[in-house]
Amino acid sequence: MTRTMDRTGAGRLETAPAPRLRSRHLLGIEGLAADEITLILDTAEAMKEIAARPIKKVPTLRGRTVVNLFFEPSTRTRTSFEIAEKRLSADTLSIATATSSVTKGETLLDTVRNLEAMAPDMIVMRHGSSGAPHLLARMCRSAIINAGDGMHEHPTQALLDAFTIREHKGRLSGLKVAIIGDLLHSRVLRSNALLLQTMGADVWACGPATLMPAGVAGLGLSPTTSVDAAVDGADVVMLLRIQHERMHGHFFPSIREYFTLFGMTPARLRRAKPDVIVMHPGPMNRGVEIDSDVADGASSVILEQVSNGVAVRMAVLYLLAGS
Amino acid sequence: MPQVMDADRMSRALTRIAHEVLERNRGVDELALVGIRTRGVPLARRLARALKDINGDDVPTGALDITLYRDDLMRHAVGPQPLVRRTEIPFSIDDRKILLVDDVLYTGRTIRAALDALIDFGRPRAIQLIVLVDRGHRELPIKPDYVGKNLPTSLRQSVQVRLQEIDGSDEIVIEGEP
Repeated sequence: MTRTMDRTGAGRLETAPAPRLRSRHLLGIEGLAADEITLILDTAEAMKEIAARPIKKVPTLRGRTVVNLFFEPSTRTRTSFEIAEKRLSADTLSIATATSSVTKGETLLDTVRNLEAMAPDMIVMRHGSSGAPHLLARMCRSAIINAGDGMHEHPTQALLDAFTIREHKGRLSGLKVAIIGDLLHSRVLRSNALLLQTMGADVWACGPATLMPAGVAGLGLSPTTSVDAAVDGADVVMLLRIQHERMHGHFFPSIREYFTLFGMTPARLRRAKPDVIVMHPGPMNRGVEIDSDVADGASSVILEQVSNGVAVRMAVLYLLAGS
Repeated sequence: MPQVMDADRMSRALTRIAHEVLERNRGVDELALVGIRTRGVPLARRLARALKDINGDDVPTGALDITLYRDDLMRHAVGPQPLVRRTEIPFSIDDRKILLVDDVLYTGRTIRAALDALIDFGRPRAIQLIVLVDRGHRELPIKPDYVGKNLPTSLRQSVQVRLQEIDGSDEIVIEGEP
């Protein structure tokens, strides 16, 4: 008995089983199959239209409570989740650690158990330690959405990147995607590599040898230290921020040298396909990993990524709310 | 499974409804068609063609997905969320008369959801309801303005509307014991 029957009472039988997410949490791209990724992207396409309405709100998550728990600073991701939750009519509150009991010495598990006692339905969480949301998913009743855990995964970022690429290219399979920058500290790289490869893209990872994670080839990526080789014939160029806050050592001599060797300039970009799109998960360091002429140029879709983030997060919230 | 309407009769029913729309609204000025996904959308497009054939004017046509407004969402403990598809209303509905189109009118809950969804797009002057089949058993105070065919049914039966654009043929069949 499918739920299509409830809608019209016409008793139409679905021939194929309805696509669904198989987990009640979104902890990472790892473990998501191609049909689940496609379901999220298709749902996001429908959600995107809501942003163009005079009343940008649907009643879908009325009476549901979503807690945004951010143990690391974030403007874009937190705002994006908050807007997505509000557009779906969820009751939402955001807790930043600077104003929470974490500063008084409470453990992560105690913080979350106390929140759970107030019966939220979903917890969106960002944490500096890899695996923190996975721990909570085992210990908690609420559905957990990972909004970035340490150097591990940032699944909604990879999904919004894929959505943006698909909007421009019409597909993901067979595209050459060059990811350039601080690969070592990047959860965006990991989630994007997993997603893009599941969907059949050819993913190149480029950065200084000191910022190349061990086992990058094990991710199935083509690693290179040559920007020209990575960009050559690329459909998508994705730049990653140099994460000074996670660097506890000297990975390259100077910012200026990094820009000289790896910074994306209009001249370097000319090796890519003429219809290349340039992406950046933000926040950008202009003049470090990306030249302003590229960031603000005709190929840049960086602000579209931000708009699409809301639609993709609405899709994830909607799909997980039913499970 | 008895067929209750074939392609010819469906086409004549839609043409008759188009005439009724013109008669009641004295032309197509300020009219717009909005089809409810899935099968309301091709029906709305066919009505737009019929109106143009009779009157010569284009009537703006849109598609409405009511999934996010359903009253049974989140009420089932298990089972996947229904698929959400795009709503496309490429015109302002403010001060227009909206002709809302669906294939089967049954409990009225879909129409309730559609009315809520439409109101989020603006303030139409009026909303009129067109259905190809009214099978009865209303659970809400909702009444169609134009009906292709009134079809008394039992609750055990199901009514299937098949359309060329989606199913490859035009027909209405009724299944199950009366």
